[in-house]
Amino acid sequence: MTLRRLLYLIPVLVFAGIGIGLALGLTRDPSILPSVLIGKSVPQFELPPVAGLDRPGLSSADLKGQAVLVNVFASWCVPCRAEQPLLLRLADSGVPIYGINYKDKPDQVDAWLGELGNPFKRIGADRSGRVAIDWGVYGVPETFVIDADGRIRHKFVGPLMPQDVDQTLLPMLAKLNG
Amino acid sequence: MKRWFVLLGLLAALLAPEVRAATSPDEVLADPVLEQRARALSKQLRCLVCQNQSIDASNADLADDLRRLVRARLVAGDSDQQIIDFLTARYGDFILLKPPVEPATWGLWFGPAALLLVGAGGIAIHLRRRRRAEPEALSAAEQARLEALLGSEAADRS
Repeated sequence: MTLRRLLYLIPVLVFAGIGIGLALGLTRDPSILPSVLIGKSVPQFELPPVAGLDRPGLSSADLKGQAVLVNVFASWCVPCRAEQPLLLRLADSGVPIYGINYKDKPDQVDAWLGELGNPFKRIGADRSGRVAIDWGVYGVPETFVIDADGRIRHKFVGPLMPQDVDQTLLPMLAKLNG
Repeated sequence: MKRWFVLLGLLAALLAPEVRAATSPDEVLADPVLEQRARALSKQLRCLVCQNQSIDASNADLADDLRRLVRARLVAGDSDQQIIDFLTARYGDFILLKPPVEPATWGLWFGPAALLLVGAGGIAIHLRRRRRAEPEALSAAEQARLEALLGSEAADRS
């Protein structure tokens, strides 16, 4: 009889299981999508420099030989402004950062970088946003970690935060360069 | 009277399905067959910015770009499947409003039906058992007590 009683617990346990699963799901940020490009080579692309800027353009060939960051940014993007000091600090500490300038006007990029500082070694101008689609970009800013073989190892969606840099980015770069 | 017309209009607006597409006139393809395929495809593709809208209905910049991309590839002669493969290679299955049926999504596709079946089965078994269970016979002591009660009642009535 007690065994039969225990059977009645099964639905309660199943319900609790589903409830816990869904509750955990609620704690995740639905706006952050995993990239399917992790572990794959960077897409083939060739972007011209931003007109009037003293930085060369960017193509797939530039992303081989060392671990680098590729940051997709725009002067009209407010969160980009927030992460810019962090990028500058990374660039100062010797991390090579390349930029893909997304749907922007050259004179506005120029003014924006003049105001905030320019952490980028190269900047490719993606005026149509077509190359960004090949990178699976769905909003700016996004930051990719590329290894020496030109493979995408990680993607940060949204502005980089200090804890992203300390806990994920720097250890990852150390391992890739190690 | 006028008030009723306004009310009717509001009701109609509420009840009408959202048929308005975000497609702007300059995107529309000259070939009606291709345009129809473009619309059908766009309705299956999720806008990654607004997430619960298709790119057909979304006014987001990226949705606009993706709609144009779909049309450009259709004009270039791609099949519907090639276009879907092209986009899932960049954005993953998430770009499909209807996720594909594969082991990882079995729970999603079949879970609710499975739970319903398990529940219905449980109830069916429970009901059948209850119907089949015969009442236990009274013990000798119970029988005697019953008779005593019935007897005293019969005595009371007479």
